[in-house]
Amino acid sequence: MRNPRTATVGTTAGVAAASVVACLALAGCSTPAAAAPGISDDTVTVGTHQPLTGPAAAGYASISAATKAYFEYVNANGGVHGRSIEYVVKDDGYNPANTQTVVRELVQEDQVFALLGGLGTPTHSSVLDYLDQNDVPDLFVASGSTMWDDPEGHPNTFGFNADYVVEGAALAQYTADEHAGSKVCVFGQDDDFGAEFLEGVELALGADGVTAHESYSTSNQDVTAQMGALQAAGCEDVLLATVNGFTALAVGTAAKMGWSPRWLASSSGGDYPTLVELLGEDVAPALLQGFVSANYLPFGPDGEWVELFEQINDEYNDGARFDGNTVYGMSVGYLFAEALAQAGEDPTRESLVEAVESGKLEGNGILPLMFGPDDHSAFDGVGITVVADGVQDYVGATYAVGGGKVTEVEPQPVELRGGGVPAP
Amino acid sequence: MTATRPAETEEIAVRDARCSDPRPARRLTPTQRILLRAVVLTLLAVAATFLLDPYRNYQLAVVAATFCATAGLTLLVGLTGQLSLGHAVLMAAGGYGYALAVNAASSAGLDGGGAAGAARVVLGLVGALVASGALGGLLGLAGARLRGPYLAGLTLAMVVALPALTTQVPALGGDQGLAVPFEGVPEVLSLLIVVEQWHAWVAIVVAALAVTPLAVLRSGRAGLRMRAVHGDETAARLSGVSPARVKVGAFVASSLAAGLGGAVLCLVTQSVGPGRYDLAFSLLLVVAAVVGGLGSLGGAAAGAALVVLLPWLVDTVTGAVGVPADLEQRLSGNLAVLVFGALLIVVTLAWPGGLARAAARRRHRPHRPRGRTDAPAAPPPPPASQPLER
Amino acid sequence: MDRLVFLLATGLARGLVVALFALSLVIVWRAARLVNFAQAAVATVAVFAAFAVTGATGSFWAGLAAALLTGAAVNAAVERGLVRRVPQGSPLPGMIVAIGLVMVLQSALGIAFGPRHRPMAAPFDERPFVVGGVPLLSPYDLFVLTVALALVGLLAWLFNGTTLGLQLRASAAAPEVSRLLGVRVPRMVTLGWALSGAVAALAALLLVPTELGLNAHSADLLFVHAFTVAVLGGLDSPTGALIGGVLVGVLVSLVTGYLGAGVAPLAVLALLTLVLLVRPAGIFAAAQVRAA
Repeated sequence: MRNPRTATVGTTAGVAAASVVACLALAGCSTPAAAAPGISDDTVTVGTHQPLTGPAAAGYASISAATKAYFEYVNANGGVHGRSIEYVVKDDGYNPANTQTVVRELVQEDQVFALLGGLGTPTHSSVLDYLDQNDVPDLFVASGSTMWDDPEGHPNTFGFNADYVVEGAALAQYTADEHAGSKVCVFGQDDDFGAEFLEGVELALGADGVTAHESYSTSNQDVTAQMGALQAAGCEDVLLATVNGFTALAVGTAAKMGWSPRWLASSSGGDYPTLVELLGEDVAPALLQGFVSANYLPFGPDGEWVELFEQINDEYNDGARFDGNTVYGMSVGYLFAEALAQAGEDPTRESLVEAVESGKLEGNGILPLMFGPDDHSAFDGVGITVVADGVQDYVGATYAVGGGKVTEVEPQPVELRGGGVPAP
Repeated sequence: MTATRPAETEEIAVRDARCSDPRPARRLTPTQRILLRAVVLTLLAVAATFLLDPYRNYQLAVVAATFCATAGLTLLVGLTGQLSLGHAVLMAAGGYGYALAVNAASSAGLDGGGAAGAARVVLGLVGALVASGALGGLLGLAGARLRGPYLAGLTLAMVVALPALTTQVPALGGDQGLAVPFEGVPEVLSLLIVVEQWHAWVAIVVAALAVTPLAVLRSGRAGLRMRAVHGDETAARLSGVSPARVKVGAFVASSLAAGLGGAVLCLVTQSVGPGRYDLAFSLLLVVAAVVGGLGSLGGAAAGAALVVLLPWLVDTVTGAVGVPADLEQRLSGNLAVLVFGALLIVVTLAWPGGLARAAARRRHRPHRPRGRTDAPAAPPPPPASQPLER
Repeated sequence: MDRLVFLLATGLARGLVVALFALSLVIVWRAARLVNFAQAAVATVAVFAAFAVTGATGSFWAGLAAALLTGAAVNAAVERGLVRRVPQGSPLPGMIVAIGLVMVLQSALGIAFGPRHRPMAAPFDERPFVVGGVPLLSPYDLFVLTVALALVGLLAWLFNGTTLGLQLRASAAAPEVSRLLGVRVPRMVTLGWALSGAVAALAALLLVPTELGLNAHSADLLFVHAFTVAVLGGLDSPTGALIGGVLVGVLVSLVTGYLGAGVAPLAVLALLTLVLLVRPAGIFAAAQVRAA
């Protein structure tokens, strides 16, 4: 037979044999090493995995560009503790197999100090244990799964999004407050996103409060059958646990069927500029008038944070389209910079995790962060935004979820200080 | 000449082995020779892990796992002419079989490292063999009744349906798939090597266990039968060979190897899920088999290395060259696929036999006339008119 | 009951598009005894052309013409440039080349246009007529229905009622004899490919406005469904493709409606497996026709 490994090994066989001895003498090239990775006197290197290609790229590729722009802004303003932040972005195409590869590359080759804002539930959950075993701080995962809040099992992992349960409960409560007695239905993705969101809705409305529940699978872009079912059930308010693409499909398909219920979408699928692009600029404003979504970041058009982010976007991101992803990406960057500033003059991986757990981080959300030794979730509540005449903004209603119930709370926006560059 | 190309390559390889190492080779039977070679190559590969840093060792483990699947696929396509576009699903079956068995063993008390850990891994591998063998047997039965495009289409539909299956069957864990316990470095070795190198060792040994039987199978009677069935089914049947049985057997053998590959990937990455085993990956396995040279196990190894390393290489190069961010984003992922697609076309049309053939030709240039006398890349033409229905 | 009627109507509309695409596979099969695995990628290229032309001229019909021409031209080029050079005799190399072509075309589209979904508007109103409270077919669905039926009729006439059709069929069935009788076989084969490319482009163009938008992978699932349909109906039978298309469309719609979206791909796989095992050559194919 042809030998099985000629090409990979055979050609280097001689070299290999000789070098093995040498290498063994040097105690091996893969022997365990102990060093403080990712930190030098003037830089801190952090990495992330993002879908830059593939089906999910359309919705999320702009997040990491925004984070990068924010870090460039921080670096241009002296960095944090005099160190500039190097941000390594790896594409995983939203495929867990690639995530596993690129995260190993980030940790072992690029020697990142921490992982920041790794995106997606199936993708990030596949590297959770690996990061834990290698003691890499795994900050501000970009997904609303409740999986990240597990201080016992994964002490280095922290979420960023308000989780799907919180969003589902808050949107459902808003419906109940605004339109008492209306028929509420749920349309969700057929995975943990949809399941946890539904859990939240039932938390607010009771198990029999949901008139109908339909799901979609991302591989099939025809949602006519599901929209037909919801219409037939007489739904008046439809809560969406959908990504932006399927929010657009649901709204578009229903409109084609001559049906227009009230739509309430999770923050993962409720970004107005993105939806307008997907639906087409001619029809979108009419279809999305009154569209409700949840959010927890400063998104109002005339806030000081948005003004700053727009400036940074113009200056460091080539004036790319400014949308919810931009705010999201920059907010993650801000929170990391804040954590790094708190982690001390000479940060270590331990001091970084301690800084997040200290509960002193403020972030820039509309509600205080929940981080503490026993809580690794970022937000326990969301605010309600509504689209009016092409502008998506908060309407004031804000809900927090805790202890199995939903309560209305006052938003507590964080004041912008120091030009958006955290100081120690 | 009418010999099939894989046979030809093998002939060359055998001659090769005699030339370079005549004495021991002559006394050994072909099977012994294969086993000896497998042991030597396995040891060499294990030795080579010392040259690599942890990340490269991780890549090596992934290459070894992929090699299991491409070896099975190259045998199936090259020898029996059955094109499977669904080998990723067979790997997935192995991965899920491994995960289910290991998790069952864990909850039954086989926990921790040492002997218990080893027993758990062995149980996992058995689980992988059972799952992939069962699925492969079913597909083989279908393949025995179906020809070319129908089998390819069926396996294609299977790949597309995999995510739906994992979502619908709760035991498979949906999009996220299943997690398995971490298999750390055994205590005796923990001062010498890190976990990535240990995983590379496991992957290499499992790959050897998966591929060596294929090599034995190929060089023996079974291999002859497969070629006979591919060459001319009617003639094969006349000489007492049952095409259906041979095809099912080939499919099962190929599936078992792929399943072991899936098990290795599951062990190394501590998880198995539908995302890894998508259509793109399935097509990459075909690329590896074709570019390596259909029917050649060495080619399958080279092909596996190519499909694992080229995307990473392309990303590294585009990253280093400093193309604009927007373009880099579009090139990432896509450029490697473009290269693979082009390779697939070029190899099939203009460079029959792939890498294995090219390597053999270079070594034997004086003996071999060039040009049109080379047999086509494809296995020999079956009779021009063939019924689609059996 | 209302629900069943609604799902049947939805399935019919969807199934007709799948049927059209399956028809394009049947045409290639008739011309070259080959399943073109690259058909979806070629069709997507054509829809991108249509998108560009519609964007430039503002006319859907100009875009439609562009799609038909591009589909035909690309497929003809594929046949002349690649398929003709493939070693004959075994279906294997042809399939492998087609798969290579899928990878090349889709990644090239990805590099050129990025991952975004580009919204495309339908030329007709997509709001369905409501009959007795149940939304049924929309004007757009009726348009698709008309196009599909007209095309099947046209192709039946072309293949069975014209000299050209006879030559096309003869070239595929018995190339040597046809050549002896003066048929320009290579030209006929190319013509078959071009025709099939145009039909596939049309099907994909009709599909995209009902989905998220145009993207390099827009027609992937369409191919899988159409392949199922082609197998169901028999690769040789245009009527089989039409009926099979409607069957698959209705099946997907009913399963999605009653059992959930996640079950639909499994139902399609189960149907395909069942048909292949019970009747490997399709339900509507006569035994002798395929033997060529």
